[in-house]
Amino acid sequence: MTETATNTPTVKLSDAAIRRRMLADFWFHFKQNKGAVAGMIVFVLLVVAAVFAAVIAPHDPTQQYRDALLVPPLWQEGGRADFLLGTDAVGRDMLSRLIYGAQYSLFIGIVVVSIALVGGIVIGMVAGFFGGWVDTVIMRVMDVILAFPSLLLALVLVAILGPGLLNAMIAIAIVYQPHFARLTRAAVMGEKEREYVTAARVAGAGNMRLMFKTILPNCLAPLIVQATLSFSSAVLDAAALGFLGMGAQPPASEWGTMLAEAREFILRAWWVVTFPGLAILISVLAINLMGDGLRDALDPKLKKS
Amino acid sequence: MIRFLLTKLLYLVPTFLGITIVAFGFVRVLPGDPVLLMAGERGLSPERHAELAHQLGFDKPVWAQYFDFLTRLLHGDLGNSLVTKKPVLGEFLTLFPATVELGLVAIIIATLVGVPVGVLAAIKRGSWFDQVSMTAALVGFSMPIFWWGLLLIILFSGILQWTPVSGRISLMFFFPQVTGFMLIDSLLSGQKGAFLSALSHLILPSVVLATIPLAVIARQTRSAMLEVMGEDYVRTAKAKGMPYSRVVMVHALRNAMIPVITTIGLQVGVLLAGAILTETIFSWPGIGKWMIDSISRRDYPVVQSGLLMIAAIVMLVNLLVDLTYGLINPRIRHK
Amino acid sequence: MKLLSRSLLAASALALMSAAPALAKTFVYCSEASPEGFDPAPYTAGTTFDASAHPVYNGLVEFKSGTTEVVPALAESWDVSEDGTVYTFHLRKGVKWQSNDVFTPTRELTADDVVFSFVRQGDATNPWHEYIPGITYEYYTSMEMPDLVKSVEKVDDLTVKVTLTHPEAPFIANLAMPFMRIVSQEYADTLAKAGTKEDFNNKPIGTGPFKFVAYQKDAVIRFQKNPDYWGEAPKIDDLVFAITPDASVRLQKLKANECQLMPFPAPADLATIKADPNLKLDELPGLNVAYLAYNTTVAPFDKVEVRKALNMAINKQAIIDAVFQGAGQVAKNPIPPTMWSYNDAVTDDAYDPEAAKKMLADAGVKDLSMKIWAMPVQRPYMPNARRTAELMQADLAKVGVKAEIVSYEWGEYLKKSMEEGRDGAVILGWTGDNGDPDNFLSVLLSCAGAKTGGSNRAFWCNEEFSDLLTQAKKTSDVAERTKLYEQAQVIFKDQAPWDTLAHSTQFVPMRKNVTGFTMSPLGDFTFENVDITE
Repeated sequence: MTETATNTPTVKLSDAAIRRRMLADFWFHFKQNKGAVAGMIVFVLLVVAAVFAAVIAPHDPTQQYRDALLVPPLWQEGGRADFLLGTDAVGRDMLSRLIYGAQYSLFIGIVVVSIALVGGIVIGMVAGFFGGWVDTVIMRVMDVILAFPSLLLALVLVAILGPGLLNAMIAIAIVYQPHFARLTRAAVMGEKEREYVTAARVAGAGNMRLMFKTILPNCLAPLIVQATLSFSSAVLDAAALGFLGMGAQPPASEWGTMLAEAREFILRAWWVVTFPGLAILISVLAINLMGDGLRDALDPKLKKS
Repeated sequence: MIRFLLTKLLYLVPTFLGITIVAFGFVRVLPGDPVLLMAGERGLSPERHAELAHQLGFDKPVWAQYFDFLTRLLHGDLGNSLVTKKPVLGEFLTLFPATVELGLVAIIIATLVGVPVGVLAAIKRGSWFDQVSMTAALVGFSMPIFWWGLLLIILFSGILQWTPVSGRISLMFFFPQVTGFMLIDSLLSGQKGAFLSALSHLILPSVVLATIPLAVIARQTRSAMLEVMGEDYVRTAKAKGMPYSRVVMVHALRNAMIPVITTIGLQVGVLLAGAILTETIFSWPGIGKWMIDSISRRDYPVVQSGLLMIAAIVMLVNLLVDLTYGLINPRIRHK
Repeated sequence: MKLLSRSLLAASALALMSAAPALAKTFVYCSEASPEGFDPAPYTAGTTFDASAHPVYNGLVEFKSGTTEVVPALAESWDVSEDGTVYTFHLRKGVKWQSNDVFTPTRELTADDVVFSFVRQGDATNPWHEYIPGITYEYYTSMEMPDLVKSVEKVDDLTVKVTLTHPEAPFIANLAMPFMRIVSQEYADTLAKAGTKEDFNNKPIGTGPFKFVAYQKDAVIRFQKNPDYWGEAPKIDDLVFAITPDASVRLQKLKANECQLMPFPAPADLATIKADPNLKLDELPGLNVAYLAYNTTVAPFDKVEVRKALNMAINKQAIIDAVFQGAGQVAKNPIPPTMWSYNDAVTDDAYDPEAAKKMLADAGVKDLSMKIWAMPVQRPYMPNARRTAELMQADLAKVGVKAEIVSYEWGEYLKKSMEEGRDGAVILGWTGDNGDPDNFLSVLLSCAGAKTGGSNRAFWCNEEFSDLLTQAKKTSDVAERTKLYEQAQVIFKDQAPWDTLAHSTQFVPMRKNVTGFTMSPLGDFTFENVDITE
């Protein structure tokens, strides 16, 4: 129904009203999905933790308490009240590091998705809009990228760029970008012969305007769904790279990196291994729950089932 | 059909060439000098460095190196590892069965559990089973498997001591490698307990590797079933008074399986990526771990040929999926 | 297909063997990494030597178990000429070569084998020099053997004469190193005829206590007692290496008695191991040093006072506690205390941040910011360079020095840290090859090492120090050499080109019932004397 609303650009009377109605419609569907709402609440909490980390965290995440190496969580024997979730091998507070870790994960998700989304849209738009050999070349290149398992390709890219958070994000974005390119291209191919596009072209709209102002807004739904999916995958993959020593570098409190550093204590200090993983799982789960809700609310085909 | 196949294959040629360029190019721009890495803390005199670089062919212009690479590739020669000095192809072939075995068992677990769960969840839509299993599936889908593997090791190998920690079979057993698949080889060996030992070593890694595909398959099966059950012919069959179980099994399931099979096929890439992490955690001697080690050692020939072969495998599996799809659904063939 | 049939062949030969072992005593070693190959000469990794040079082969001379003392092995004795340039080796009689499915020896060890073992590495025209494409002999080259060895001649079947270009005291220690193991020329000829030269590296034939049986890549290596061994027969029948890269997994396996001995426990696990009634823990100071090398050619690190001040600002004991988890000791000399000529009279610059602050101020250094290079890999001398750098960073902040931690990929790290005018101080270390002090001091601190291709990462060139080293190399009188090296260590400490950080302690956990294992200061793992008691 969202389609029919915008399919008739001649009815130009109330863009804002349409948008409002779409949003209300969307929220109506979204809030029916309890999981999605729960996911959103957790996600909001994560954002709050990330933004106000400096206020919430009881300690500086890099401060080393040399008298408190590997202190267990509060409820366990030997735990200390000032270190709720214990400390790591060099005496840093786990809870504070986890809270600051939320910054990394959200940052990673946002940056990766933005790069991949923008890159994918531009590439897919060009391929789909111009077609012909441009399309062929671009799509062959995308095929090549997609032929490599994403984590492996990201690993090699990080090895090239040098280990580090920024490079890990770039690598993951490059690996994800073809998915957006393909989606955009498919949507554009579907849309570009439609009447409203022809109408706009006849009205003298330039290619740029046609591509990004006329066609793009009508291809957004699948892209948004893909973006949430990619957001959670990006958090996971960045953590995996960190775990393999190729992502964020210590002393950064990125969760995967923390996990990698903690691995040698697996038998002796369960908390340094368990909590970072749990943090990854919970945030990825929350984002995925939200993503499910988004898809159900945005994808009219699945909505009816 | 033949024409369809040929066009598909023809499409693969430029992609494959692209893959060779990427594999070769990536490895060339990797920072770090493999010659220096071989020397370690010891260092090398500039003369010796030049000598070694020459011997390994790194002093030629890049295009010449690429051409060499392609020529040798056509002769089935993937070069020699800089570390072990042995042919890359041979090393790949000795390690590949371990990865395939792990991957196959994982995909079997994922399918055997995922499909029935998905079907049941669809039939009993909205029930507690549906909710619990779909929540579990989403948790599985969100799982950082490297952490999951560590947890399982702590629990099953550390605390409960039910499963061995790593390796493919107990060292007590020693028999010839025939197929490279430990499960089969252990049976062929006829040694008592060998198969069980191999199985117990395989179980944790394959469960870890199966986690994400299982979740994907269960979710996909459920939504495919729901979609099909809403179709006219299923409703007609139901209306005609066909027994419910028959409707589900014969009509709905069969049609729902088409997208599910595609999903399973598409898990190959996921599995190969997962294998990198799983093999690292469980010290599983497969190609995932081999690639990681080789990247950190800057073993150029291994990384380049390994990338190439892995990509080629993914490409071929995707082709097979395409072909199956084409067989099932003739409309796609003529597009 | 060829690959398959060959492994089948090998397997059928093994089937015979595995049918019998009713009461065979099997010893499983959870090794840490895969061997690169089984010919020790082309490789440099300790894990390779543990699986090839030590069980399968013998050298002319070897290090006595648990020491760096050189003792006779395949050479029963040797004479050195007056001028120190001609070594004559008298070989042991009746040493039998091992056999396998493709090779049955027709003769015992002779001088031909010894000559072959030298020339295949040293002579680029020898057909066995590059028997696998791309193969090189890095250890032979880096120990400067090509320049040193003028000729190797067979005098008679059991006598070999080696002529050197100049007298070199450490030469005999070089021969005890794994790369100089004696290989069979007859085996080489057999393989060349069969066209399977690469088997020289895949199916080793030696004279050692164990015979190679099979290797499954990245998983298992199997050896079997060599019944014809010339020395004392091993007490175990089968020796198995279970390759287990992860330290915590190795420990799990040891606890489950899936293996009886393991190398390199994680420092974090030492307490658990000590507490386990089924395990015991051997320890030995490693023959290594970890250091922080300043660039002594760049201001303000060209000033001795600045280097000393920084050394005093860094709390080395804290590094030992947090990074080595106690498995190490603070270093004051560039050579480890277990090495002869270690100068215990040298006193270290004590940890004193206040004094350090003052010294920096006196030297006119204000608001110093510097880089600390942390290597990306774990090495025997340094369990976690990153963590070490973080501790240093915190310490330096206390004296007003801002430190930024940088790191590069390992190969890049090695290269960039040796680039002229390098910015920052580098964390690195060294593990001794042959127990000779020259192998530390000349390599790491001489003027000759301070150029591209060298390993003097402080770019420190002190004429007096270097002269002492050159003198010490020319004489083979150990007492005199000791005096010279002791003097050199005093100069070193006085000039402080490094902050000497630590000598790590090596730990080897094993089952309680393992006997006869001796730790090697060189980090070798040898099992010829190992036994399991019930």
